[in-house]
Amino acid sequence: MSTVFIALQANEETRPIIDAIEIDNPQAVVNRQPAMVKIDAPGRLVVRRETIEEQLGRAYDLQELQINLITLSGNVDEDEDTLTLSWNE
Amino acid sequence: MDMKATKKKLGMKERYRVLTRDLGWEPGYQSKEAIFPYVRYEGIKVHDWDKWEDPFRLTMDAYWKYQAEKERKFYAIIDAHAQNNGHLNLTDARYLSALKIFLQAISPGEYAAHKGFARIGREFPGVGTQVACQMQAIDEIRHAQTQIHAMSNYNRYYDGFHAFADARDRIWYTSVARSFFDDAMSAGPFEFMIAIGFSFEYVLTNLLFVPFMSGAAYNGDMATVTFGFSAQSDEARHMTLGLECIKFMLEQDPDNLPIVQGWIDKWFWRGFRVLGLVSTMMDYMLPKRVMSWREAWEIYGVENGGALFRDLARYGIRPPKGWDDAEKAIDHMSHQFMLGLYQWSFGTAFHSWIPSDDDMAWLSAKYPDTFDRHYRPRWAHIKQLKAAGTPFKNYGLARLCQCCQLPCVFTEPGDPTLTCHRETVYKGEKYQFCSDGCKDIFEHEPEKYIQAWLPMPALFSELGGDVAAWMDWVSLRDGADNGDYDGSRDQRHFDEWRGLATSNL
Repeated sequence: MSTVFIALQANEETRPIIDAIEIDNPQAVVNRQPAMVKIDAPGRLVVRRETIEEQLGRAYDLQELQINLITLSGNVDEDEDTLTLSWNE
Repeated sequence: MDMKATKKKLGMKERYRVLTRDLGWEPGYQSKEAIFPYVRYEGIKVHDWDKWEDPFRLTMDAYWKYQAEKERKFYAIIDAHAQNNGHLNLTDARYLSALKIFLQAISPGEYAAHKGFARIGREFPGVGTQVACQMQAIDEIRHAQTQIHAMSNYNRYYDGFHAFADARDRIWYTSVARSFFDDAMSAGPFEFMIAIGFSFEYVLTNLLFVPFMSGAAYNGDMATVTFGFSAQSDEARHMTLGLECIKFMLEQDPDNLPIVQGWIDKWFWRGFRVLGLVSTMMDYMLPKRVMSWREAWEIYGVENGGALFRDLARYGIRPPKGWDDAEKAIDHMSHQFMLGLYQWSFGTAFHSWIPSDDDMAWLSAKYPDTFDRHYRPRWAHIKQLKAAGTPFKNYGLARLCQCCQLPCVFTEPGDPTLTCHRETVYKGEKYQFCSDGCKDIFEHEPEKYIQAWLPMPALFSELGGDVAAWMDWVSLRDGADNGDYDGSRDQRHFDEWRGLATSNL
């Protein structure tokens, strides 16, 4: 199965976001590289607003991800509650 | 008492509709054909522009908010870098060669992409597409500006940064990136989108920005990490735009498939050639390296590119024609490039050098099948020549490829002992190429590429072959900007200033 990924800057803002992604995607693998974190997942990865809010302790707009996003891979679908990356195979 | 009325906020999909589709209108006194004259001549058929949608559903109001935040973060770090002698925190000043290439060749490409997206934002009829292109046009000019601004801090202390605009227009190796963008900008709007939005952004920029910027962090260059990641945060959106546009074209009409496939073949190879420079930056120019070019290619080329083309196979798309040749070149290209740069270093506005013993040990570990066999002996020979006081300098001019404009320094796919060279005759004139990929591109559009301005022939036609006059013309200061890093002013200054920064003498 093809891998999808999302890479975020390594900083204070993204720490709880990465935690949330790990909670929602148990199959994901977190790679910590200099200044960045790259999260790989087989076929599909979901980022959920609610989980981020729980980890962050405040309301969160998923579009805030744009600020710390480095790169991603896969077809994107975003609404208020989730950002999904997936490959069609 | 005033009651604050809480108006129900629009959902993301609704807001996107209101702030894109609702901004469009049906023309009353001009035909659509007259307003958008460039969308038909490439042969792409579109039946319903409203089918195109930005999957991030980013609207202009949110765009400005997040971009402003990115700028604040960027300038906080740039200020700290300038105020705290950030330039002395580098691993060593060899690293700056990579930045000089970036500034001379890649930042002007960002500006070119800005012009291109501003133009196609006007040329595409779909409102969603227009808004996304407008955002990308603003992003690209921001990238050019923040990169130039960040690197201006190095211009205060080091050589080779002062004349990047002249270098961009006139020096030989920058014409590789310039011809790439000029080729895209002189194409129609759909081809531009495949060239920049898809091939460059989706398939290739990960290789440029991600491991290289992570490498900048490893080498203590806060300024570059910052502009790199700030730019890259926009690239995720650009890549998505590129992918959505290609899917849109393929879904609109089956007749679009062969045209799109032809562009993918062309622009993958064009982009792969431009990225040759990046392979050398990664393998040779970062004093501390995060990963080799080969390792980056495995992640972002083989794995990610492979996933992408498996996904697009449902439309009938196959991987680009040059894919196999690219794979065969991966273990060779950075070495062949660096050898080229070193022998022609009299004509580069950055320094190159002979890799140290440690560097060579790293290279042979990362390239077990190729380095010791093909490239270590050459470096050993060059090292001997230097020790004997007769350093290897090639004052002959390189034969340039008519398409990608790189010197023909590459070897045959499958035979690293034989230089790859192709030629073709068109209207009685002979043209030279570095590869089958470049020759095929020329032969498909010869009238375009015979007009190419090639820097080596120009040295003779415009300056009579006078190398000193050429150096003046490209603003290259002989003995300062060019040549071997070992013994350079950059090396001397960096060592001296770092010494001053850590002692009281």
